[in-house]
Amino acid sequence: MKLLGFLLLLAGWAIVLAAIVLLPAAAVRGAFVLAGIAVEVLGLGLFIRAHLLSPGELR
Amino acid sequence: MPMPASGPVFSIPESIVCLLFIALVPLAAAGLALINTGLGRLRSAAHSMMASLCVFSVAVLVYFLWGQSLQGFAGEPARIAILGGKSWSWLANGSLFFRHLPLGGSPASLAALLGMITVGVVALIPLGSGADRWRLYSACLSTVLLAGIAFPIFAHWAWGGGWLAQLGAHYGLGRGFIDAGGSGAIAALGGLAALSIAWILGPRQGKYSLDGMPTAIPGHNAIFVLFGCILALLGWWGLNSAGALLYLAVPFGRVVLVIVNTTLSAAAAALTAAIITSVRFGRPDASLTSNGWIGGLVASSAGCAFVAPLGSLAIGIIAGALVALSVEWIELRLSIDDPGGSISAFGIAGIWGVLAVAIFAHIPAGSMAPGETAPIQSDQWLAQFIGIATLIGFVLPLVYGLNWLLNRFVPQRVAPEGERQGLDLYELGAGAYPETVTHGDEYTRGG
Repeated sequence: MKLLGFLLLLAGWAIVLAAIVLLPAAAVRGAFVLAGIAVEVLGLGLFIRAHLLSPGELR
Repeated sequence: MPMPASGPVFSIPESIVCLLFIALVPLAAAGLALINTGLGRLRSAAHSMMASLCVFSVAVLVYFLWGQSLQGFAGEPARIAILGGKSWSWLANGSLFFRHLPLGGSPASLAALLGMITVGVVALIPLGSGADRWRLYSACLSTVLLAGIAFPIFAHWAWGGGWLAQLGAHYGLGRGFIDAGGSGAIAALGGLAALSIAWILGPRQGKYSLDGMPTAIPGHNAIFVLFGCILALLGWWGLNSAGALLYLAVPFGRVVLVIVNTTLSAAAAALTAAIITSVRFGRPDASLTSNGWIGGLVASSAGCAFVAPLGSLAIGIIAGALVALSVEWIELRLSIDDPGGSISAFGIAGIWGVLAVAIFAHIPAGSMAPGETAPIQSDQWLAQFIGIATLIGFVLPLVYGLNWLLNRFVPQRVAPEGERQGLDLYELGAGAYPETVTHGDEYTRGG
């Protein structure tokens, strides 16, 4: 789950970069940038879940 | 080698004024060191101040050795990639060891000086989240990665004429990514590094009970913490003013607005945090109020030169609320032990500061950004969102990955015995208060 979250973070950023480079229309570009951020938020959520402490780790 | 947009041009008196603002910035470092130390345990107090001095020194040296050559300054040679017919400046192509950098008061030399001090401030931020359990040598090695890789890359993109700064000129996105005093490049970057360190180190012994409930481990010196806040205000005056002058080329007269905005935001944030903690806990909490103050300073930075004072007030109020509420959420819901509140006060408030530019900044329509030839257009919000996406989607994986790798070779967390004994005795051989009896482990179960 940690690796998946890590990759989703990077994938979201790649979507944002691709939107800037490939999409000239402002509205579509904005929509894809927001979609990229949504993917990042998903990745961050997974990353956070992967780091939640299990009972065995609680001291 | 293609040149990005040029930087500002200063007269000699303007260079001197800018130099005076830069001279204030070390006070931000002093303030953060005191805050981190005060919020940590008594038995690790000397270690905290020692670590602050060491990581600041490491960051300054690394920046001198190669960091500045990667960050560069607008108008200097850079490594360019052509994407979609536009030039993207990824990294500066400067000289190592400040060679070929005329240290005579030019804007480029002043930016190098400011960068050398701000990278030290960035390095202090993760110390707050790693307090009481982060080995000194590991903190220094982690600082090499932060100051030598992560900071110069993002600082070039945002401040050195990089692709984020050029979003306005190349893609018509407002004035490009605006981050005058470093809400993103300093605070959010440092806050994300703090989050990475807190994850990698894990919580302090005894912080969480077996059912996952956090135990309060209060800071040992509220005086340090609150005095550190006052020092930080002076530091942020310098940081925001010098950043606005050097990186955004605002007119010198606008510095008064920058200082008013910085102060208003901090005051509003601190009072908001005090009121929220009063309502929630029955009395104001000094530690969360100080975190709110820092959050207000941090959030003011990005748009300090373009926001009206009332806007700054709103930015501060929201920052104070975000910090006060997120500290508890991070500790309780995410099981992240962040003794200094760095993740909230820098990471969350920093990202809010970047976003706040899109909401509150007023950029005169039709005006020109320095070095650009086209009038500024709308869509500033999109440039700020792209900056936030870069922080979360690139900077966080980068700093986490680098620290994870480092941890594989050099364990970053101190041995359990060291944590029980206190880092002062374990790593330095002497405590900060030799005439004071330090208790064994009064906050940990079975200590």
